[in-house]
Amino acid sequence: MIIELGHYALVLALGVSLLQAVLPIIGALRGDRALMEIGTVAAKATFLLVAISFGVLTYAHVTSDFSVQNVWENSHSQIPLIYKFSGVWGNHEGSMLLWVLILTFFSALVALFGDNLPETLKANVLAVQAWIAAAFSLFILLTSNPFNRLLDAPGEGQDLNPVLQDIGLAIHPPLLYLGYVGFSVCFSFAIAALIEGRLDAAWARWVRPWTLAAWTCLTAGIAMGSYWAYYELGWGGWWFWDPVENASFIPWLAGTALLHSALVMEKREALKIWTVLLAIMTFSMSLLGTFLVRSGVLTSVHAFATDPTRGVFILMILILFIGGALSLFAFRAARLKAGGLFAPISREGALVFNNLILTTAAATVLTGTLYPLALEAVTGSKISVGPPFFNMTFGLLMLPLLLAVPFGPLLAWKRGDLLGVGQRLFAAVAIGLVVGSAIYYAQNGGPIMALFGIALGAYMIAGSLTELYLRSGLGKVTGAVALRRLSGLPRSVFGTALAHIGLGITLIGIVAVTAFETEHIVEMKPGMTTDAGGYTLRFDGLRNGNGPNYSEESGHFTISRAGVAVADVWSSKRFYTARRMPTTEAGIRTFGTSQLYVSLGDGMADGGVVVRIWWKPMILCIWGGALFMMAGGAVSLSDRRLRIGAPARARKKKPLLEPAE
Amino acid sequence: MTRKQKRLAIIGGGVTFIVAAVLLVMFAFSQAIAYFYVPGDLAKAHLAPGTRIRLGGLVENGSLKRGDGMTITFSVTDTLDRVPVTYTGILPDLFREGQGVVAEGSFKDGSPVFVADTVLAKHDETYMPKDVADRLKAQGVSLGGKENIQ
Repeated sequence: MIIELGHYALVLALGVSLLQAVLPIIGALRGDRALMEIGTVAAKATFLLVAISFGVLTYAHVTSDFSVQNVWENSHSQIPLIYKFSGVWGNHEGSMLLWVLILTFFSALVALFGDNLPETLKANVLAVQAWIAAAFSLFILLTSNPFNRLLDAPGEGQDLNPVLQDIGLAIHPPLLYLGYVGFSVCFSFAIAALIEGRLDAAWARWVRPWTLAAWTCLTAGIAMGSYWAYYELGWGGWWFWDPVENASFIPWLAGTALLHSALVMEKREALKIWTVLLAIMTFSMSLLGTFLVRSGVLTSVHAFATDPTRGVFILMILILFIGGALSLFAFRAARLKAGGLFAPISREGALVFNNLILTTAAATVLTGTLYPLALEAVTGSKISVGPPFFNMTFGLLMLPLLLAVPFGPLLAWKRGDLLGVGQRLFAAVAIGLVVGSAIYYAQNGGPIMALFGIALGAYMIAGSLTELYLRSGLGKVTGAVALRRLSGLPRSVFGTALAHIGLGITLIGIVAVTAFETEHIVEMKPGMTTDAGGYTLRFDGLRNGNGPNYSEESGHFTISRAGVAVADVWSSKRFYTARRMPTTEAGIRTFGTSQLYVSLGDGMADGGVVVRIWWKPMILCIWGGALFMMAGGAVSLSDRRLRIGAPARARKKKPLLEPAE
Repeated sequence: MTRKQKRLAIIGGGVTFIVAAVLLVMFAFSQAIAYFYVPGDLAKAHLAPGTRIRLGGLVENGSLKRGDGMTITFSVTDTLDRVPVTYTGILPDLFREGQGVVAEGSFKDGSPVFVADTVLAKHDETYMPKDVADRLKAQGVSLGGKENIQ
């Protein structure tokens, strides 16, 4: 009965979204406040209904109700409680429901916090959100219903895919979706602006916080996914240029571009048409990503069981929304007035440069991702476009942007002085060179590209700090004055610096791991030792154990440095009994920002075991940098300008005491 | 600079960059992609030694041998032809005889042995790379109960 309630709630949510999709727009056209107000109420109601539906599915998973097909296929009575919760979205149906839940969550947020928006804009935004919600609710109900019942309830479930039985599943998909789907708000704002034919700096100011929030979550989701793949898959890789990874990375690149172009629009009323197009494209890339991952055109760990009708359905949604949005753009863009002028060398110019490179890079990644699919459809030949392609194209294209990052914030609006900025960045360049040469000596040489990459990262970090240094006037004024000046700076200045520093840190991590990691594959018997990264690992032996739903064989290693034991690590191979599937649980030990990564291979006839040991120098910088970027996003989001800068209605002051009458 | 010159500078710079990017992508497509073959295709393919390819098929039953140290040899078959493969490293968890596999690497000068540097088998017990299944089907090999694959 409860299960059916969840199903009905979803049907009802579809009905309410259809109302929300139509009535507010009519209201906005006629200037009918009551109709526009329906959007606000309906958005909250839809969220509530989808939340009920999602809650019911969660209930079914937690209580292991195997009469529900979705639970039977993807759960097991023996798995730990946390995986019963996260298993809700560890499958196609549940993950689409989470998608819609987050979409309606964002609509509800717009409804809640959109009081300072013009009434018509808010009504139109909520209507566009409802179109998307309706399309995807319909998709779930028609092709991917998680509430399907089985006639005879089986006694035991088929278990959750062992690779997904990890805390990563609890965190990665919700964060990723918050980012992916969060861009829907930017999309809806863009469409609403096109419908109204009105676009001004205030629009950019309303869109920016949503972009920032979505971007921050997407950054977190991608970084989390990367770290999860790194420790769970046992291959020691952190990014594979897998189509599914690209599907989340393309919206990130587009979203990063949007973040920067919205800045120009907000401050200078320039790049209006471009910003609207970018808002449309960013969410279109999210939709495309959803299609690639969910339709089954790609084989990957993310493509759960697949069904062609689903692919066709999502493709229809994709064509409808992207095609519709671009057509509307083509008809209406001419009505939007172009904004302020600027010299090529200026802050605006730098941000255009940023946009040019980010969108080109995104297009390149998109091409590499879709090319094999297109080629197979047209000629039938199969190719794999892998890391060599992406490293060559993406790496080279991004290089000028990385060099330019510290310049951007130092250039003045309208007309900048490139030479002057270059002089001010002299110290940053020097720091980069010093770091590069220090690595050269420490490593006794090393590949020149690696030294350049690390020097570039150091220069980016120092260059981003230069802005804070210059704006505080440190060295020219007393420390106290400098501190006061710093605390008076808008938070977005710190946000920018933090995010750019994070980019530098990530770059250093990527370059260091790529250039200086070492890999040893050795057969070890108990008592044998191997050297890696300046540490010595001694294999102590194997032990057998049992988890709740798996059996495992674990190897114990003692790690010592210069003869002194400093740490130990367990590395195991698990065998999940329900799915008869083995997994590798790598043993990882952290030393500073570097890691030793130990993966267990097959046992040999003579009692030894094959062990794969990586030394991953500075690998934590990759995700540490992402943390800085997220912090930058969060700090920018808390900027005063975004909180109260948007024209807010004056709050009604309540008198402390009601006058006696 | 006049208004027109400013606009020209920005558009010109942008177009130059995009053209460079397109050329780079085309160059990379000619250099850095790997074609997919099953053993039966290789005779017709006339590969230059050292060309990186992906070789897919089934791991032939009884062909898996562990040599000295970490080197492993096995044969990839499409049930008609077979190619011997050597690989140094740890095989993926789901690597099994009789199961689908994709090996990436190349043939060294004149040698009939395929030297793989990457071996893939995916995270599902019924998984066979889609590429392999399609090719095997095209070659008329029945996949039996394994038709229903991702």
